[in-house]
Amino acid sequence: MAIVTAVSATFLLAALAPWLGRVLGTRAGWIFATVPAAIAVWLATRAPAILSGTPIEGRLAWAPSLGLELAFSIDGLGLLFGLLISGVGGLVLIYAGAYLGPHRHASRLQSFLLVFMGSMLGVVWSENLLGLFVFWELTSISSYLLIGFDHERPAARAAALKALLVTGGGGLCLLVAVLMLGSIGGSYDLGALLDERDTILASPWLGAIVVLVCLGAFTKSAQFPFHFWLPGAMEAPTPVSAYLHSSTMVKAGIFLLARLDPLLGSAAWWGPLLTAFGATTMVLGAVLAVRQTHLKRILAYSTVSSLGIVTMALGIGTEKAVVAGFAYLLAHALFKGSLFMVAGAIDHGCGEKDAERLGGLRRAMPALFTASLLAALSMAGLPPLLGFIGKELLLEATLAAPTWTTALVVATTFAAALTVTVAFLAGVRPFIGSLAETPRTPHAPSPGLLLGPGLLALLGLAAAVLPATAATPLALGAAGAVLGDVPEKSLALWHGLTPALGLSALAVAVGAGAYAGRRIVRSGLDRIGALDRVGPERLYGAALKGLLAVAGGQTRLLQSGHLRSYVFITLGTVVLLVGGTLWLRGAVPFDAGPENPTWPELLVGAVIVAGSIATVLSRTRLAAIAALGLAGYGLAIMFVLFGGPDLAMTQLAVETLTVIIFVLIFRRLPQFRSFSTPLRRLADGLVALIAGLMVTGLVLVIARTDTDPTLARWFGDHSVPDAYGRNVVNVILVDFRAMDTLGEITVLAIAAIGVLALLRPGRMRRRHRGRAVS
Amino acid sequence: MNALFAIVAGVLFACGTYLLMRRSIMRLVMGLVLIGHSANIAIFTATGLKRTGPAIVPIGEETLPATAADPLPQALVLTAIVISFGVIAFAVVLVSRVWATAGTDDSNRFREDDDMEAVS
Repeated sequence: MAIVTAVSATFLLAALAPWLGRVLGTRAGWIFATVPAAIAVWLATRAPAILSGTPIEGRLAWAPSLGLELAFSIDGLGLLFGLLISGVGGLVLIYAGAYLGPHRHASRLQSFLLVFMGSMLGVVWSENLLGLFVFWELTSISSYLLIGFDHERPAARAAALKALLVTGGGGLCLLVAVLMLGSIGGSYDLGALLDERDTILASPWLGAIVVLVCLGAFTKSAQFPFHFWLPGAMEAPTPVSAYLHSSTMVKAGIFLLARLDPLLGSAAWWGPLLTAFGATTMVLGAVLAVRQTHLKRILAYSTVSSLGIVTMALGIGTEKAVVAGFAYLLAHALFKGSLFMVAGAIDHGCGEKDAERLGGLRRAMPALFTASLLAALSMAGLPPLLGFIGKELLLEATLAAPTWTTALVVATTFAAALTVTVAFLAGVRPFIGSLAETPRTPHAPSPGLLLGPGLLALLGLAAAVLPATAATPLALGAAGAVLGDVPEKSLALWHGLTPALGLSALAVAVGAGAYAGRRIVRSGLDRIGALDRVGPERLYGAALKGLLAVAGGQTRLLQSGHLRSYVFITLGTVVLLVGGTLWLRGAVPFDAGPENPTWPELLVGAVIVAGSIATVLSRTRLAAIAALGLAGYGLAIMFVLFGGPDLAMTQLAVETLTVIIFVLIFRRLPQFRSFSTPLRRLADGLVALIAGLMVTGLVLVIARTDTDPTLARWFGDHSVPDAYGRNVVNVILVDFRAMDTLGEITVLAIAAIGVLALLRPGRMRRRHRGRAVS
Repeated sequence: MNALFAIVAGVLFACGTYLLMRRSIMRLVMGLVLIGHSANIAIFTATGLKRTGPAIVPIGEETLPATAADPLPQALVLTAIVISFGVIAFAVVLVSRVWATAGTDDSNRFREDDDMEAVS
């Protein structure tokens, strides 16, 4: 139950945060951070047990009849992600408090962050795929709120919508995949699905499932061609970028791929799809990052690149690659989270976001510089930092990749080189050189702004120097959850003089060169930048515009604001559906029925027909009302002829009242005028004729259809013995179905109240007169 | 016999539909009345028509004879008549109120009236 408590505590705090924030003021972040900190400590104490093969479990029945259960389980994979989410989350809460300061909506941001944290924990710990999907969608929604936090800026709103539509679209794909898995495997429980693995792998739907899962994961993790929403999401406040867009949410897609790898990993397309898209994203992200000068956008594109690396590693799928992927993922969360927070602290301290216009900040912000330098070195993959270990393992894994070896080695080395350039651009450039003019005089960040980046950067150093304490077990534990057994391996800074080390050195040299000559590199890249015009972002824009145009057009068509066109559309639809069905089935029996009508019956029928036609043709109000009454009285006589005296009496009374009301009210209204053109009347007449024919056919079919006489017989048999009434119709209304009649009376009473309210000379009339005068 | 009822229901529905599509709101309400009649006939016909007598248990007997009319559709139609009366009464008063407020009985001009309100 501890897991359920941990997740629900986060949501509970999120609910209380707006109120607590008001009470606690700017220090709220430090208090809020105790919850994620407690979760992180709890995870750390349970880590040895989890890593030795006994996952923590917790279940909470939600809707058992739907197979929906909040089933949680923390294995090696859940442990790694859980620690990142709670650890980085706690630091971000403190950082956000300091970053926003006395901002009016500071506690709202904290609340959204906590909702996001709880949802993320739910995603990575869910044992039930439906539960996972629910939390997955919650992360999309909370991310929408977080990116659009500054909702008064249109750019922020557009970016939030873009992220929501892209990840939400992927979420729908994931839902379909989950439902397919559930219907093939007979359960939504991951453990149960793994038992049915062979059935799933043999299913003809396997290809569709793989593609849909990949769509869900690729949109979430900003893989090519869905990478464009992530840089846009930099409109979010920096604490959000540091949390969602570096260490957690964008890694949810990767988590999903890792989680489902044991199930789908042997599918033919799984490995190649992941490898190809991951490698493409890795190279593309790195190239696009070098082109940027805006600090956060540089980091965003390089995050795209890093996410590509991990996807590629999962795609290669060897033991080496998977371990490398998780080692790199851990390193990336630490250095990228740190660099994002550094970028935010720089912006906070001197009001400048452009890396090229910053310089010489090392004097004003020495502690921040140290943190930034450590993180940047880790990102560049230099020893003795965790990024170095991750990159070395990765290069080794690509060198040993079973397929596409050369291409993968070249691509990875190229991306590694550009990552060195980017690391210097984002993490070192603002601090060195001569002091640049900035909108505000640079000042040292407050402890709250420094704690996050500093601690994460130091962890990147400590984890590399002492890999056996945390980095090795965490990476191997996560890899074990994917591979099935925990690999026998250990992370180390020194692997000897290997080919990977050579490639690494080459990458650093090329990357440093590219940094020095970045003007030339950028102008070269700008030439291929023309590709942006046909890129997926354009496609997204066109699709959104098209969707709005279609929605607008169909609204204008259906919601014209003209009453008669609504009637026309509604009737037309009914006629088309009912008449079409009758026509297609050939169901209308064109015979007169078993008995011929008698003369009186024919006469009454003719009266009703004449009355209704006269109603249509009458040019004066009184004539129309009289004709209407004629039809109604005719109907009453028809009821008498066919054994319905009660109906006849009611119809007579109602018809009389109707005529009186019509006369009384229409007396106050203007004479009939003809509004429509003859052509219009002809068209309407045609539609009316078809509608009438449809009803005629329908009544013929209904009269021919045998109905179940059980109910009628029951009422006939029980009327006298049970209800002491001989008029069965009356008994039904006032005894057997008395509640219905009560409802009917209520409806009448409400109508009467409405009539009364409308008849009273009220506000509306006076306003109308007032306006007519003005 | 069924054909007679089918034709009467069809004519009532056609006339009602035509009136419902008029721009004059008074005619529109009259259309509602006719469509209501048409629906009642359809229900009344549903379980078969009988000329033999109302659904009343004769004195001295305990159960309804098989020759009597079916009580079930009659109970439904009775309810329908009363409810449609409520609807019509409300609609008629609503129409008069619309006339008083909008100053027109042409439903096409209600929209312009909305626009005027939005501008002012």
